[in-house]
Amino acid sequence: MIEVEKLQVAFGKGNNLKQVVKSVSFTVTKGESLGIVGESGCGKSTVLRSLAGLDRHWTGRISLAGQTVDKNRTIEQLLLAQMVFQDPYGSIHPRHRIERVLAEPLRAMKKGTGWDRVPQALERVGLPVSFAQRFPHELSGGQRQRVAIARALMLEPKILLLDEPTSALDVSVQAEVLNLLSDLREQKGLTYVLVSHDLSVIAHMCDRVLVMKDGIFVDELDKADLEAGRTHADYSSVLFQSSFL
Amino acid sequence: MPVPDSTSILTVRNLNVSFARSTLKAVDGVTFTLGAERLGIVGESGSGKSTLGRAIMKLLPSSAKIEAEVLDFAGTSLGKASEKQMRKLRGNEMALIMQDPRYSLNPVLSIGSQVAEAARLHLGLGRGEAYKAAARMLERVRIADVERTMRLYPHQISGGMGQRVMIAMMLLAKPRLVIADEPTSALDVSVRGDVLKLLDELVTENNSGLILISHDIRMVAAFCQRILVMYKGRVVESLVKLEDAKHPYTRGLIAAMPDPRHPVRRLQVLDRKSIDAVEVRS
Repeated sequence: MIEVEKLQVAFGKGNNLKQVVKSVSFTVTKGESLGIVGESGCGKSTVLRSLAGLDRHWTGRISLAGQTVDKNRTIEQLLLAQMVFQDPYGSIHPRHRIERVLAEPLRAMKKGTGWDRVPQALERVGLPVSFAQRFPHELSGGQRQRVAIARALMLEPKILLLDEPTSALDVSVQAEVLNLLSDLREQKGLTYVLVSHDLSVIAHMCDRVLVMKDGIFVDELDKADLEAGRTHADYSSVLFQSSFL
Repeated sequence: MPVPDSTSILTVRNLNVSFARSTLKAVDGVTFTLGAERLGIVGESGSGKSTLGRAIMKLLPSSAKIEAEVLDFAGTSLGKASEKQMRKLRGNEMALIMQDPRYSLNPVLSIGSQVAEAARLHLGLGRGEAYKAAARMLERVRIADVERTMRLYPHQISGGMGQRVMIAMMLLAKPRLVIADEPTSALDVSVRGDVLKLLDELVTENNSGLILISHDIRMVAAFCQRILVMYKGRVVESLVKLEDAKHPYTRGLIAAMPDPRHPVRRLQVLDRKSIDAVEVRS
């Protein structure tokens, strides 16, 4: 579903050039859920933003659903992957009603006005239809993150890119949102790439985990490794220990 | 190990907090005593855990009504203390470490002058002396290259470093009581352990009491000797070990956390109806 080859991303110019992602390659098969874990600044969000087409100065090759995508994408290519951001307070327009927030992607991608699909989208993420008339500040953090997930699903993407989807939420609300995400994946056969600094969330959600440090992947863990607490690199064992204080 | 002080540092009996004219109690009949130990307070957002911490420091807005049978801190009654007396206590005798160093440090003062200011105010040192005391304290919290760091501004340092600066500032005066309100939730997992260890080290050294407020029950359990679980303003359970948890709310909180060593297909969500039912009966 996703193939990434020698992806490199750098910010700045000349002496200030900072290589944030240093030639990473990975593949994600259809229906799989891949996790990327690492500290702040290791480049994990940058990888995700390049996949989504938000960052445009990467080099290498990215292919989504069998087609190689360029830095400037066509509408069809943009429809393939949608992103859910960390902070539900920051990612939803504060002065738009929820119905407008949800209809926006369809209008932007020239697929009609989108108003008729709002009730269905709210139901899909377990919110009452009456929420369409509300403003974001009238919702709780967990409800707002549900709206963000509903918005990402409006365009029926095959790939969902999740950037720390629950780190702004309480543990009890986090459980609800994580359950919603696993249900949606099963129903729709979605492919997930999930980025987080919380290894326990990643381990719960993902079939395979890549450990990232300073712009490269230092370790790869599968379900069995995580259960047994087995790691193949020093850094990932440090990360493992600090996750379970 | 110094022998723990048998006298309690903080005694709270039947503490209630409500806001403005609301009859809803944000903190409802909380009772506990704290010696030279680590006490954890756990609950969701809105359970009243931060309000409790702030009520002890008397840092709530004036619309808040704080009532308590007993609110004693090291021999002084905080309930009767005037604002002037409270100002003397805050920073000197009791300290509050807040969640995000980005918001609690002054953005237009260099790190050095902020920490030195704390030394001047609370230890009554002169300018030069205060600067030296600040440097020593920053070294204690394991900041590398103290001289350089002291010239930097808060936006130039990382979150973990910022929180260490906060700890240095707060513990400079060796307070008897330290309240840490989510000290690590803005930080990466990998630095979380270091910050907690540091906090523990300094608190034990001063023989003071520490209240750790957090929503992360597993972290609190690993770090604290005693845990109070709060739900809707009330302490529903007091625990020493997580395994002893009986209240459905506490058990729900534990089960809601994903644990890679015990994978489950679906995470358990809180069944608020049954929790409320238990609460009404008790």
